[in-house]
Amino acid sequence: MSAGTSAVRFDHVSKAFGAQAILDDISFEVPAATAFCLLGRSGTGKSVTLRHIVGLVRPDSGRVFVQEQDITALAGRALADVRKHMGFLFQGAALFDSMSVGDNVAFPMRRHTDWSQAAIRERAQQKLADVGLDREFDKMPGDLSGGMRKRAGLARAMALDPKILLVDEPSAGLDPITAGEIDQLLVKTKERGTTLVVVTHNIPSARVIGDGFGVLHDGRMLASGTLEALEASQEPLVQAFMASQGGG
Amino acid sequence: MTQQRSLVDRTGAVALGLFEFVGAVSTFGARAIVEAVRPPYEPLEILRHVYQFGYRSAPLILAAGFAIGVVLSMHTRASLERFGAEAMIPAGLAIALIRETGPLTAGLLVAGRVGAGIGAEIGAMKVTEQIDALEASAVDAFKYLAVTRIIALMIAMPLLTTMMNFAGIAGGYVAEAAVSGMSWQQYFERSFTYIAYSDIIPATLKTVVFGYLIAVVSSYLGFTTSRGTEGVGEASTRSVVMSSMLIIGSDVILVKLIFFFYPQVSG
Repeated sequence: MSAGTSAVRFDHVSKAFGAQAILDDISFEVPAATAFCLLGRSGTGKSVTLRHIVGLVRPDSGRVFVQEQDITALAGRALADVRKHMGFLFQGAALFDSMSVGDNVAFPMRRHTDWSQAAIRERAQQKLADVGLDREFDKMPGDLSGGMRKRAGLARAMALDPKILLVDEPSAGLDPITAGEIDQLLVKTKERGTTLVVVTHNIPSARVIGDGFGVLHDGRMLASGTLEALEASQEPLVQAFMASQGGG
Repeated sequence: MTQQRSLVDRTGAVALGLFEFVGAVSTFGARAIVEAVRPPYEPLEILRHVYQFGYRSAPLILAAGFAIGVVLSMHTRASLERFGAEAMIPAGLAIALIRETGPLTAGLLVAGRVGAGIGAEIGAMKVTEQIDALEASAVDAFKYLAVTRIIALMIAMPLLTTMMNFAGIAGGYVAEAAVSGMSWQQYFERSFTYIAYSDIIPATLKTVVFGYLIAVVSSYLGFTTSRGTEGVGEASTRSVVMSSMLIIGSDVILVKLIFFFYPQVSG
């Protein structure tokens, strides 16, 4: 995918769960090999937005494009083929608790590649080392702290070097040093050509990772654009966010 | 009048809820059959579950079967002694075990042990987003979690039932040997004097249906779990209750079908 083309595009997407509107006419575009940070208070629809990108949630109206392909109408194998090029770090990491940490990271490789077991193990070790968990390979997810689970989830999301990496609260539950290391890892991942869509409350972290930003409020995109555009915004909530130093 | 209407409303709501549940479970079960014949077939997952459901349930099944054999033997002896027909004890016990007691008891025990486990495991995966993580990893969660378990339990059930039958016969022998000193060889021969393949095969194979029902209902309840850990507990409990009711209900129909296709069994 060449730079300049769109990796993810939302076209007037609306979504409601029952009577509650979650997303209301959301449109934005994430160019390939850039990082888009979705900001906003809790419960404003940021995670639901990420779930739309991977097809876990379908819009009530509007369309979602991934690598210029409308995924709104895709299902089954066609959707699975799109998903193979994406990695998703869930808010709670969502590690498979019946598998060891190493097997969690190896899982996408075992499913979608014909690599040897030795090659898969070596690569899983490397991915865990990237997030500082190389010594936890054989541990079960239940034996890890919340922050370690989050990092293991990130290693699993990056296992196949996806073209698009969706990250829900990467620094939540992490100490500032580890959070900084994860930020740097995400920046390196972006520099290798991966498109990032990151949901975060952590503004300092978003400043390090992000190229584009969007602020969601009550299901609407309150503001979007570059860091400079958001800092120049007259919206009080956007100003409050951009001035915030709080970590996630 | 208002009270009457309220009662009618509530009864209607319960009936509608029941129909909705039956419809949803039936659709889930039908989809499982369709998906089972489509690749990928997930043989390793199926084998893992056969081991989990079958091998790990074996001690419970063997112990229960043995105890049932002992107890049935004692009851049968008490009854047959009055007619001087003690020699019929092994055959009577074997027929009771193989035709009905073994399959039904194995089904109910597996509903308790495995059904609860499936409901809780899939339910926990649902509330911790692991099912979403599977889908996001381009894995068909329905097939990977539900279909593999359904096939595995359909394989494991007849094996467990056969184990239960043999454990029951062994238990019957121990009880009989303690009273009459009958040899194992003699007991075993007498056990199978009146047993035909038409007694063994349909009765054992009906547990394939039990396995299907337990796994479908439990997987469905797991997949539809909500409300965190409370929901997981509820899914587990409801899995046992629903599976047990379905086993008992389907057993009546299956026995009737067996009598229809094998009239000699009803004799």
